[in-house]
Amino acid sequence: MNVQLQHIYKNFGAVQANDDVSLSVESGAIHGLLGENGAGKSTLVKILSGFITRDRGEILLNGQPAGIKTPADAIRAGVGMLHQDPLDFPPMTVLDNFVSGRPGGLFINQRAASHEFKALTSQFNFELDVDEQVSNLTVGERQQLEIVRLLALGVQTLILDEPTTGISASQKSALFAALKKLAAQGKSVIFVSHKLDDVAELCHAVTVMRAGHVVGTATIPCPSARLVSMMFGRELAAPSKPQTCRDDVVLQVQHLALSDGRMDVRIDRLDVHCGEVIGLAGLEGSGQRLFLLACAGILRPAAGDVRLHAARNGLSSMAGKPYHDFLKAGVGYLPADRLREGLIWGLTIQDHVALRTPASSAFIDRDSTRQNAELAIQTFNIRGRTDTRAGQLSGGNQQRTQLALLPPALNLVLMEHPTRGLDIESTIWVWQQLIARCQAGTAILFASSDLDEIVQYSDRVIVFSGGKVSAPIDTTSLSAETLGEMIGGKF
Amino acid sequence: MDFNQLIVILATAIATATPLVFASIGETITERAGVINLSAEGTILLSAMTGFAAAYATNNVLAGFLAAAIVGALIALIVAVGAITLKQSQIAIGFVLAMLCGDLSSFLGNPIVLVPGPTVPSLRIPILQDIPVLGPLLFQSDALVYASYLLMALTWVYFYRTRNGLLLRSIGEQPAAAFARGSNVVRMRYFYALLGGALMGIAGAAFSLDFKAGWSHRHTAGYGWIALAIVIFGGWNPLRAALGSYLFGILQSLASVAQSSIQNVPTQVFSVAPFVLMILVLVLTSGEWLDRLLAYLPAAWRRPITRAIHAPPPAALGKAFEQD
Amino acid sequence: MNENSKTTRPPGASALSLRVSRAAYYQLGALLISLLFMALIVIFSGESPLRVVSSLWDGAFGTADQFARVLATLTPLLLCASGLIYTFTAGLYNLGVEGQIVVGAVATTWVLRALQNQVPAPLVIALGIIAGMAGGMLWGLLAGALNVYGKISEIFAGLGLNFVAQGLAIYLIFGPWKRPGVASMSGTEPFDESLWLGRIGQTEASPVALVIALVVLIITIVVMRNTYYGLRLKAVGQNPRAAFILGIPSTRLLLSSFAICGAFAGIAGALQVVALFHRLIPSISSSLGFLALLVVMLISFNALWILPMAFFFSGLNVGSLQLPMALRLESSLAGVIQGTLVLFALLARGLSERAGKIKRSQ
Repeated sequence: MNVQLQHIYKNFGAVQANDDVSLSVESGAIHGLLGENGAGKSTLVKILSGFITRDRGEILLNGQPAGIKTPADAIRAGVGMLHQDPLDFPPMTVLDNFVSGRPGGLFINQRAASHEFKALTSQFNFELDVDEQVSNLTVGERQQLEIVRLLALGVQTLILDEPTTGISASQKSALFAALKKLAAQGKSVIFVSHKLDDVAELCHAVTVMRAGHVVGTATIPCPSARLVSMMFGRELAAPSKPQTCRDDVVLQVQHLALSDGRMDVRIDRLDVHCGEVIGLAGLEGSGQRLFLLACAGILRPAAGDVRLHAARNGLSSMAGKPYHDFLKAGVGYLPADRLREGLIWGLTIQDHVALRTPASSAFIDRDSTRQNAELAIQTFNIRGRTDTRAGQLSGGNQQRTQLALLPPALNLVLMEHPTRGLDIESTIWVWQQLIARCQAGTAILFASSDLDEIVQYSDRVIVFSGGKVSAPIDTTSLSAETLGEMIGGKF
Repeated sequence: MDFNQLIVILATAIATATPLVFASIGETITERAGVINLSAEGTILLSAMTGFAAAYATNNVLAGFLAAAIVGALIALIVAVGAITLKQSQIAIGFVLAMLCGDLSSFLGNPIVLVPGPTVPSLRIPILQDIPVLGPLLFQSDALVYASYLLMALTWVYFYRTRNGLLLRSIGEQPAAAFARGSNVVRMRYFYALLGGALMGIAGAAFSLDFKAGWSHRHTAGYGWIALAIVIFGGWNPLRAALGSYLFGILQSLASVAQSSIQNVPTQVFSVAPFVLMILVLVLTSGEWLDRLLAYLPAAWRRPITRAIHAPPPAALGKAFEQD
Repeated sequence: MNENSKTTRPPGASALSLRVSRAAYYQLGALLISLLFMALIVIFSGESPLRVVSSLWDGAFGTADQFARVLATLTPLLLCASGLIYTFTAGLYNLGVEGQIVVGAVATTWVLRALQNQVPAPLVIALGIIAGMAGGMLWGLLAGALNVYGKISEIFAGLGLNFVAQGLAIYLIFGPWKRPGVASMSGTEPFDESLWLGRIGQTEASPVALVIALVVLIITIVVMRNTYYGLRLKAVGQNPRAAFILGIPSTRLLLSSFAICGAFAGIAGALQVVALFHRLIPSISSSLGFLALLVVMLISFNALWILPMAFFFSGLNVGSLQLPMALRLESSLAGVIQGTLVLFALLARGLSERAGKIKRSQ
C-alpha cells in the first residue's frame, strides 16, 4: 500500500514535535525513518497509526484520503504499528493476545485462531507457543507475536518503532527476513530506527528527521557519513573545557553488569578522576541511564562493583550498600525527568531548599531557609519566587532549581541531560557553575543527546549503543563522523 | 453432627452467599475493567432499601429488583464520572458514596422499617428436588439462587470464552494496548462500571426481598465491605469470587451452629467471626508473603501452583486512562 | 531578590491565582448544588427544608446540654481528623481509623479495670489514656506493616483490622468483661464515678478531653507547617520517587504516619471511655473515625480548616438527634448532608481541574 503523509503538524504544549512533516512510502518498499531521540519519528508514526491525533495535515493511502483518527480507524484502513515497548497483555496467553481486538463473532473459536496463528508463525519461522503466558516471553518474541497479530488483521502497511532494541541477533535476522518477505508481497514497511547498520541492511530508502522536521531523503545504499551529517547536523563544536583533572581516582567501576530486564549493560573497567568530566553519548535508552543509576546507588548491579572515594580511606566498595550511603559518600544525582524524579510538583522552591538542608532541629527555621532560597534563586538566576511551586516553573528553571539544590561539596555529580530545555546563555552559565565544581575536585558524569555539549565540556567520552559500551575516548581525538557512527552502533 | 445437619448447614450457606455472589461478581466485572467501585457498602444498603420499597409499593418483586438495579447503576455512574471523566481519586469518591448512600438508605427508608412486604417465592424444581443430598441442596431454593448459578456460568463464559470478555480483561490490564487495538476504553469502562453497579444493586434487593427479607436500619451492614474483600480473595475471577462468597456463607452458617454447641464463647462473637476470618484469609493469601512462600517450592511445582493460587490485580486497576 | 525576578513575574504565578479563583468558583457551585440536592431529599420525605434547618440548629445549640454534646462529639472528631492529616499527607487512605479508635478504647478499659481501686484515680485515668494511645498506635502500625511490608492495600488492611477490632470489643463485652448477671449491647459495667474525666456540670462535655484534642490539633498544625517531619511527609506523599532521590527515608515516614494516626485515634477511643461512656460499648467509635475521613477529604487535607469543619459536622450530628421527635425524620439526615457536601466538593474539584486543563491546551 502506498502511504503519503502530507504537511503533518503536532505540538505537545510548547514542543513542536512535528512541524510540517511530509513522507511518502511506496508499496513493496521498506522505508527507514532515521533521527535522534526527540526528532519526532515516533510522533509521526503514532499519528499514522491513529494513536496520537494530529493538529493538522493529511494522510493518503493509495492516493485516497484516509480519515485516521483512532487506532481503530488505522486498523480498518490497513495500517498497523508495532510500538517500541510492546503494547500487549503480559498476564494473558499468547493466544489471548493474538485474538484480543480482532473482529468476529461473540464466541472465540480457539481452535481456528490457534490454527491460523500457527500457520502464520511457521510462514515466518517464528517459534511461539500459543499457551505460553506473554510475561514469560522475550521482547523479541513479543514483537513476533505483535507482527503476526497485525498481519492476521490484514494490515497492508506495517510500522515498526525501534524494533531491534533489546532483541537477540537470531531474532533480528528472523525479523529482517520476515520484513523482506512482507515487502516482496507488496506490503509497505516503515522502519523507525537510529541504527545505521540496520537501516543500511534492510531499507530501500530512508528519510531523516531532526527537531520535528524532515531534513532529507536518500536511497540505500548511501554513504553513512551523509546520513550521520543529516542526523546530527552541522560540524561539531570545538572542545572548550579547561583542564581540571587531577590524578586521584574518585570513582572506579569494576566488571559492572546492569540489567533492567530489557537491556544488559556491561562495563569492565572505568576510572574517573577528580575534576574530570566524562560525557556519555548515545541515543536515549542505550544504557546511559542504567549506568548513572548504578553509580548513584539507586540501581543494584547484577554483578560487579562500584567503588567510591570515601573521606580518608581511599576507594571503598559500595556493593550492597543502600542509596543513603552513596549520598553520604558525596554522590549527587540529577535525573532528567525533573518533575517525576527530581522535584516535587506541589512543593515550593523554599520547601525544596529546606528538604536539602541538613536539619539541626525538628523545626524549620523559616527565615534562614527563605534567605537560602533567595540566595539560590539569585545565584542560579531562577525565574520564580521562594514560594513558587516546582510545577509552576518552566523546564529551564526547574533544571536551575535542581542544580541549586545539589549539596555544595560533592565528590561526584551524575546528570542526565543537564541543559535540556535551556537557552544557550543559560547552558553556558550552567557549565560555568559545573566547571567551577570540577576545579574544586568534583568529577562529573553526564549523559546528553546534544553532541556539541558532549564534545565541548567532556574530557573523555563513552559511547552507548543498545547496551554496548565503548572504551573512553579523549575528546580531542573525536570527529563528528566517528562519534555519529559509534552512536549508530559501529564500534 | 449428623448428615442432615450438614445438609442444613450447606443449604443455609448457599442462601447466605447468594447476594454476595451477585455483589462480588458485579465488583469483579467493574474492577476487571480497571475501575474500583468502593461504594459497595452504601450501594447494597441503598438498593436493598429501594428494592424493598419498590416491591412493597407495587407488590411486585420484579419491580423491586429492577429499581434496585437502577439505583446500583446510578451510584456506579457517579463513581465512573468522578473516576474516568474527572480523574479524581476512585477511593475518595467510592468511600464518600459508601457513607452517603448508607445514611440515605436509613433516612429515606425510615417509613418502611419492619413493615411486611413481598418476598421472592420459592421455586422447587420437580423431580430434581427429590434427588438425595443434591435435591435439598440445589433444587429446593428459589429463582434468585438459580439465577446466581446462571450468573456465575455466564460471567465465566463471557470472561474467558468471548471476544468482548477478552476486551474487558484487556482494558483493565493495559488500556493503552486495548486502545491501540481499536477499543473505546472510556466507553467500555463506563459500561462495565454500570453493569457491575447494577449487579450490586440486585445483591441489595436479594437481601431485602429474599435472604434477609424486609428492611430495617443498616439492614445489610458489613456485607458491602466483605464483598470487596471477596473480590480480592477471588483474584478477580468470577468463579473464585463466587467460591469466596460460599466460603463466607459456610463460615456464617457454621457460626450459627457453633453458637449452640460452644458454651463459653458469647453468641455475638459468632456474628462477627466470619468477617474476621474472611479478612484473615485475605491477608494470608494476598500480598507478598505468598510470593515469598511460593519461592521455596521446588521449581517444577512452583509454576502450576503459583498459577493456580496467585492472582495479581488488573495492572491498570484504579488508574485513569490518558490519551495523547 | 534580584532585578530579573522583580520585574518579570514568575510564569506560574498568574496561572495560580487564576486556578485558585476558578477552584473557589467551582466549590461555590458545588455547595449550591449540594444544598439543592439536600432540599430535594427533605422535600421528598415530606418536610420543609427551612424547618429542618431550624430544628437542626435548635438540636445543636438550643440548650447548654445540647451544646455540651456538640463539644463531646467534637473531641474525638478533632483527634481523628488530626491523625488522618498525617496519613493523607503521606498519600494513604487510612480507613482503619475506626478500628484504631476501638483498640484504643479496649486498651483503656483494660488498664482501668486492672488498676481501679489499686492506684489513685487520676493516675488510673492518665495511664488509661496513655494505654489507649499505645493501643491505637500498635493497631495503626499493624495496618502500616501490612501495607509497607506485605504490599496489601492500606484500604483493605485497614477495613479488615476494623472488623477484627470490632470482633475483639464484642468478644470482651459479651465474654470476659461481661456485666455480672447479663451481658448486653449496653456494654461493660460502668466505671466508678471517680474514674470519670471531669465534666462541665452534669453535661457530657469534658473540658480536659477537649483541651487534649485541641492540643493535638495545634501540634498537628505546627508539625505540618513548621517542621522537617511535616515537609518530608508531604514530599513522600506527593512524589515517593523524587523524595527517595532527595534522600528521604520513605518507609520509616510511611510507618510513622500510620503510628501517629493510630495514636491519635487511640486517644479518641480512650476519651470515649473515660470522658463520655464510662464503659466499653460495642459502638464505642460511633463511626466518628469515618466521619473524620469525610472532614479531612472536604478540607483538602489542610489542618487549619479542621476545627471549623469538625465543629460544623459535630453540630449536624448532634442537631439531627432530635429530628425523629421534632419532625419525625430519621437522624441519619446528618450523614446525608455531610456525605453530599463532600461528594459534590470532590466532583467540583475534578471539574475545575478539567476546565483548567482544557483552557491550558487551547
